[in-house]
Amino acid sequence: MTAVSLRDVRKSFGPTEIIRGVNLEIQSGERHALIGPNGAGKTTLFNLISGRFPITSGEIALNDRRIDALPPHKINRMGLSRSFQITSIFHRLSVFENLRCALLWSQGYSYSFWSPLWRQKALNERAEFLLEDLNLTSRRDILAGLLSYAEQRALEVGMTIAGGASVILLDEPTAGMSHSETDYAMALIRRVTQGKTLLMVEHDMKVVFDLADTITVLVYGQVIASGPPEEVRASKAVREAYLGALEE
Amino acid sequence: MSEATPATVAIGAKPMGRAWLWWGALLLLALVLPWMFYDWTTGRHSGFMISMLSQAGMMVIFALSYNMLMGQAGLLSFCHAVFFGMGGYTVIHLLSSIGAGDIGIPMEVVPLFGGLAGLGMAIVFGYMATKQRATAFAMITMGIGELLATASVMFHHFFGGEGGITTDRMIDRSLFGLTYAQGIQVYYLIIGWTVISVVGMYFLTQTPLGRMANACRDNFERAQFVGYDPKIVRFVQFALSGLFAGIGGGLYAITYEIVTFDAMAGPLSANALLMAYIGGTTVFAGPILGAVLITVLQSGVSLLSNSWLVYVGVLFITMVTFVPTGLAGIVVAHGPIHKAGQLGRLTVPYLRLLVPGVALLLGFIGLVELLSFLTIGAAQGKKLSLFGAAIDVNAFQPWAIVAVCVLGGAGWLRIESKAFNRVWEQVTADVKARELLR
Repeated sequence: MTAVSLRDVRKSFGPTEIIRGVNLEIQSGERHALIGPNGAGKTTLFNLISGRFPITSGEIALNDRRIDALPPHKINRMGLSRSFQITSIFHRLSVFENLRCALLWSQGYSYSFWSPLWRQKALNERAEFLLEDLNLTSRRDILAGLLSYAEQRALEVGMTIAGGASVILLDEPTAGMSHSETDYAMALIRRVTQGKTLLMVEHDMKVVFDLADTITVLVYGQVIASGPPEEVRASKAVREAYLGALEE
Repeated sequence: MSEATPATVAIGAKPMGRAWLWWGALLLLALVLPWMFYDWTTGRHSGFMISMLSQAGMMVIFALSYNMLMGQAGLLSFCHAVFFGMGGYTVIHLLSSIGAGDIGIPMEVVPLFGGLAGLGMAIVFGYMATKQRATAFAMITMGIGELLATASVMFHHFFGGEGGITTDRMIDRSLFGLTYAQGIQVYYLIIGWTVISVVGMYFLTQTPLGRMANACRDNFERAQFVGYDPKIVRFVQFALSGLFAGIGGGLYAITYEIVTFDAMAGPLSANALLMAYIGGTTVFAGPILGAVLITVLQSGVSLLSNSWLVYVGVLFITMVTFVPTGLAGIVVAHGPIHKAGQLGRLTVPYLRLLVPGVALLLGFIGLVELLSFLTIGAAQGKKLSLFGAAIDVNAFQPWAIVAVCVLGGAGWLRIESKAFNRVWEQVTADVKARELLR
């Protein structure tokens, strides 16, 4: 089954076309990596899929339902969640509150101003469980803005998966991390995205070839290759455009 | 001046615990305070105290409801008085109708109708304003404020024009058989509704809506990607803040039996901002402090000085510049130090701040008063006197003294505050280190 499909998606900012007709199919349960040189449009593509920017033309579907005209919160409610390249958390709320906020909608609380949070046992237990899963229990009541960078990235991943979305988009989850931090973060991502569809932008080739079932290479807003890692690694076009430059 | 560090624990992150004691003490104080100024010989309450305390009560509701937008949702509104005023006008008309025998509603419930009027208005205008956030939101609210202030002069029938409308609160309908002829009875009615409103607004901070309002304040984009529409969060929060502002306005109408254009005009909206900000927007109870302080300045200092607004203005600027977390923020910043038992280390540094601080303060007050008596005071034929001794505002000596106080105090304070900051940083670092060791 196809989880996310893009058909001839285009996006222009003013006269400049950034995404130039992307076709992409992401299968349910697949771990899909999106790679490409700087400025290829990877993050833009994420912003289009998640509804942050409207597309100029084309079609985007999530589980066979069109989402390209929907606002981000509606897309999220349909089961697609994303993280950001630049950490995006609620910096003046505690770590626990961040996770609880990320859980609220999926737990059916909507805009409730009549249910006291302290009495929502299932919700609070879930948030505590997530804290533990992310190894952030000792930081529970610290303001999220005061966490270390790696901890903030972990929290970001936690908030992204908290709502139980079936499709997870991670934008460079290990950017700016040390080797040991990267290993830790990847183990975390592997664990918490078990059984979900994962689409990830990543620059670290080791991480990409380790994790991904499928790799798509985006160059100047176009897909130049898409397939299993070995195939992509062997592709001449990819080598010329991208990997070759890295291996030198 | 301390560079107050932001509170490390978010609004309402901790369960109440010992805080109940403080709230209970505050309520008790509010209940007995009028009796401390009771004149037992004549058997009369101090009218001044009662009206000041009543004003403080309704301003507490007003400032807290403003902070539902400012502190909790990050929305800078310039039209909050509209909902206060609407509550006031509605209650005036309601009291007149009840008094005429058209409807029978007991006095104790009347403020709620002020709240409903505020809610209704906030739904209508909030629908427009909350489509935007940040600067655009602030500008829309400014427009709404002007619109309604103008409307209040235009629509005579409802608003009574420049003179406002009056009523008689002796409607003789009460759940407890009270007549509300005396100010003290009205005061206790205000206290009752203040408690209800404070509890209500605190409760809201502990609900999914309240929490998402914080979340949208911090990062509206992230809120969208966890499934929430920030516009709706802002809208509901705005509407509910209008409800509470309207309750405050209703109490205003009952207290003064007159509501004029002032109750919904720009200056009152600005006052809400002042109270919330000076008290501290990052702590739930902050605006309560601000509301009480501003009311005391307004009622107390305005009797003593023509220039009380100057003091409020300078206080606001000082707070924004040096203590953006407000008075409550200062208190909260001392929490961890107190818990670690290190508060004693700050005593001497504080005392050393106090001396030049008081010199600067007195010098500044002297300067303002001299200027004021040179101009307005002279026109009013008043004479400046201190401890019974007349002071000639045209002489050189008083000006020299205040100049020395201001300049000397400021310079000295600068040096002392640098020393204070060093101690403060040392102490907070020690406290952090202790926490890590634990």
